[in-house]
Amino acid sequence: MTPLTTSALPSPVPAASLTTTSEPPRLRTDKLTAMYGKSTAVSGVTLGFPANQVHALIGPSGCGKSTFLRCLNRTHELSDGGWITGRVLLDEEDVYDARVSAMVLRRRIGMVFQRPTPFPTMSVYDNVAAGLRAGVRLRRGETDEIVERALRQAALWDEVKDRLRGSAMALSGGQQQRLCIARTIAPAPEVVLLDEPTSALDPQGTQRIEEVVVELKGDFTIVIVTHNMQQAARTSDTTTFFYLGTMVETGATRQIFTAPRNEQTEAYITGRFG
Amino acid sequence: MRRIASNFMVGLMLGAVVVAVLPLVFILGDLLVKGAGSLSWSFFTRLPAPAGQSGGGVANAIVGTLIIVGVASLIGLPVGIGAGIFCAEYSGSRLAWLTRFVADVLNGVPSIVVGVFAWTWIVARQKHFSALAGSVALAMLMIPMVLRTTEEMIKLVPRSLREAALALGYPRWRTTLQIVVRTTLPGIVTGSLLAVARIAGETAPLLFTALGSQFFTTDVTQPMAALPLTVFTYATGPYEEWHRFAWGAALVLILVVLALSLLARLATRQRFDLNG
Repeated sequence: MTPLTTSALPSPVPAASLTTTSEPPRLRTDKLTAMYGKSTAVSGVTLGFPANQVHALIGPSGCGKSTFLRCLNRTHELSDGGWITGRVLLDEEDVYDARVSAMVLRRRIGMVFQRPTPFPTMSVYDNVAAGLRAGVRLRRGETDEIVERALRQAALWDEVKDRLRGSAMALSGGQQQRLCIARTIAPAPEVVLLDEPTSALDPQGTQRIEEVVVELKGDFTIVIVTHNMQQAARTSDTTTFFYLGTMVETGATRQIFTAPRNEQTEAYITGRFG
Repeated sequence: MRRIASNFMVGLMLGAVVVAVLPLVFILGDLLVKGAGSLSWSFFTRLPAPAGQSGGGVANAIVGTLIIVGVASLIGLPVGIGAGIFCAEYSGSRLAWLTRFVADVLNGVPSIVVGVFAWTWIVARQKHFSALAGSVALAMLMIPMVLRTTEEMIKLVPRSLREAALALGYPRWRTTLQIVVRTTLPGIVTGSLLAVARIAGETAPLLFTALGSQFFTTDVTQPMAALPLTVFTYATGPYEEWHRFAWGAALVLILVVLALSLLARLATRQRFDLNG
């Protein structure tokens, strides 16, 4: 079985550059259907995310890409009436298994949201350390080290190193979002999910985040939902197009943007709808 | 024509403002004029003089009010805040709906009814009046107020903040206490202070419970003096001296309530802006 093949494709074509490894993908879904009460938001998506790559999910508003993302770390079940069928496998282990704790899972699959969500009562330092404190107790020195490393990876260290004790709310929107990325990666998750991380930011802030995302794939497996097709093209290795709750096409980003196989995909990326 | 209509409406609103503010100004002014005269060192430090004699003070009532209101807060704040957190966190549950409904009904119950209730259940059973019974009555008035403000404050915390904590692997109880409640703490403090200020002036629930006393006591199982009771007794008494005392006690009471309200204002001002 090769990663990124899917039953939804007319003819499953392995994305050329992705088949070098025969390992199973770090994270994959198997016929994942996501529901809100009785209405279906995502139906029957089978999709794999190989390690250490950036995977973009694109599609028009309401196509189910965010809901799909929220199923991966079990935040979908926090929404009113949210439930799923099918499976989500992290390292081939079903994350919806009754023995799996959602809290432990979420420490392995981190998430960054659409709007920056720093904790208002906490300092910059405490925000980054917040996720660490949800897990095992660390010694002071260790925490300092991890906080600095996370802030450096999020390209924020130089801007905040003199104000670690200051309020996180004093940072700009772009800085706050990078702070949230630092907070997410500090506990060393295996997968980082980003839900339209730049949609509330200006172009400069967006560019910084994109640079950080590309840097981060060395250490993490990244899934990013975006409205912005240029962003998907700039940052991702693979791209998946969602439409009306189903997965229409998936493949290497270059292939999706230069030679899409599906008419709807082509119509969307050329800006004819969406 | 439009300008005339506009001016007319602005005039109406200004009129309403004046009508709303005037009584407050008159009350404060009257209290100051009539009450300030009785304020003296001995007013704050001495016990009430026996009927007919002049001099004396309301030291026992000031201490009594602090004790009764303090004990009421010790009972009412934890229960009210705790129940408020529950209602906000489990807002969809039947129990939360029921709690909210009961709180709203309790909010509308006249305070004298609460006093009678405390008399029936505590004073009548123990067969004597006590400050503790008064505190319980005041706590019952406090709980629904604190519950509803706490709940409303917690609901203001954006959902995204809660999800951000859960997405970091926080258990639900830690998300609630360390992120949600901590974020909204200034608001909860404000609501609590306003509730304390509100019950500090309550007279009716104390009439059948704490009863009032001429003596100095800190024993909550005994009848105890309180400022609102002092105002009530002295204002309805037959002596001119007593009336002046009532004015003084009323002024002190108002100042205490005013101080609490100002504290509440201060707590709100230092509130973090949730939206950045």
